[in-house]
Amino acid sequence: MAMNRIIVITSGKGGVGKTTCTANLGMALAKSGKRVVVIDADFGLRNLDLLLGLENRIVYTALDVLAGECRLDQALVKDKRQPNLALLPAAQNRSKESITPEQMKKLVRALTKAYNFVLIDSPAGIEMGFRNAISAAREAIIVTTPEISAVRDADRVIGLLEANDIKAMRLIINRLKPAMVEAEQMMSVKDVQDILAVPLLGVIPDDEQVVVSTNNGEPLILDKELSQAGTAVSNIARRLQGEKVPLMDLSVPKDSFFKKLRQLFN
Amino acid sequence: MISDFLERLFGSREPVSRDTAKQRLRFVLAHDRSDISPLILERLRKEILAVVSRYVELDLEKLEFSLESDQRMTALMANLPIRRVRTNPLEPDSPVEEAQALDLEDTDNDLDKVVEEASETADIPLD
Repeated sequence: MAMNRIIVITSGKGGVGKTTCTANLGMALAKSGKRVVVIDADFGLRNLDLLLGLENRIVYTALDVLAGECRLDQALVKDKRQPNLALLPAAQNRSKESITPEQMKKLVRALTKAYNFVLIDSPAGIEMGFRNAISAAREAIIVTTPEISAVRDADRVIGLLEANDIKAMRLIINRLKPAMVEAEQMMSVKDVQDILAVPLLGVIPDDEQVVVSTNNGEPLILDKELSQAGTAVSNIARRLQGEKVPLMDLSVPKDSFFKKLRQLFN
Repeated sequence: MISDFLERLFGSREPVSRDTAKQRLRFVLAHDRSDISPLILERLRKEILAVVSRYVELDLEKLEFSLESDQRMTALMANLPIRRVRTNPLEPDSPVEEAQALDLEDTDNDLDKVVEEASETADIPLD
């Protein structure tokens, strides 16, 4: 029997797309038939519920479970669009210190009995919230963008994960702008990979569709026709399950030279 | 205007920001990863230079001393150009920096001659 996977999604820097990745990756894995639970470990600043469009269905949170006020299954919000997916919400009116690493481990251990994948959405930073989020994880996905500050913070997080004995790490490079890479005004996938020296899980191009999908609380993966970013996440979910999927071709279409020429005159 | 247009079309020769980002990251990460404070690094540098200087005379202008990082392995890189080897290595406690400027073997260093030259110079009329 395949072992259950407990994966923390983390980045160090905030705003690089951790929660969006967690929501979409969770949905993609669920769509492929796996039983998936996503845990919001960002106590006090929860957002995973919003990105999944489940914010109105939260009754109990992880803290209520730990306080013995409800059972674990009562706190889980099951997605009606994708029955394989469930969310364990964080408390919004409490701080990151309101839960301990031991309690997080207890929750995760219980969840692995019913789910193939436990995805833990880590808060930004490297303080208590981060420590809680990684405490139960056996694998880590590091999300970064090709920006200098995000890469630096990712590097710091990689060091902390190593120090905490989480050796299975993989990298997602988010919000890549192929035209800028081609103009050498943005670090390339290879540049970031060379610097961080962590195996690459996937690259998600910068895509306006992401904003639309978060506005609507409808993960990209639910689109009938997948956007570029949606396809990228779907590929990531497949790679995570051991399938060999080549990286998407993100090179700028050749005809864009004339487009550029036109832009020059405008 | 035309040159501006050509520059935009063919790309300027200025360094691309991608390389600048990489270079700045490499430097900052070497320090982040090693977790050595600038103060400690400076102390380390001074101590290593003192030890090496007992045996060889270093070219202090050209020496390089930095942390570099590759594949998550941090290395202390020191490039210490040797001006000449000391025939008699100095004792551990002897002051190295002074020894570098002065040399007992230097035959030009005749005290009387130096004073004489100085007084001759002083006699030159100003006009």
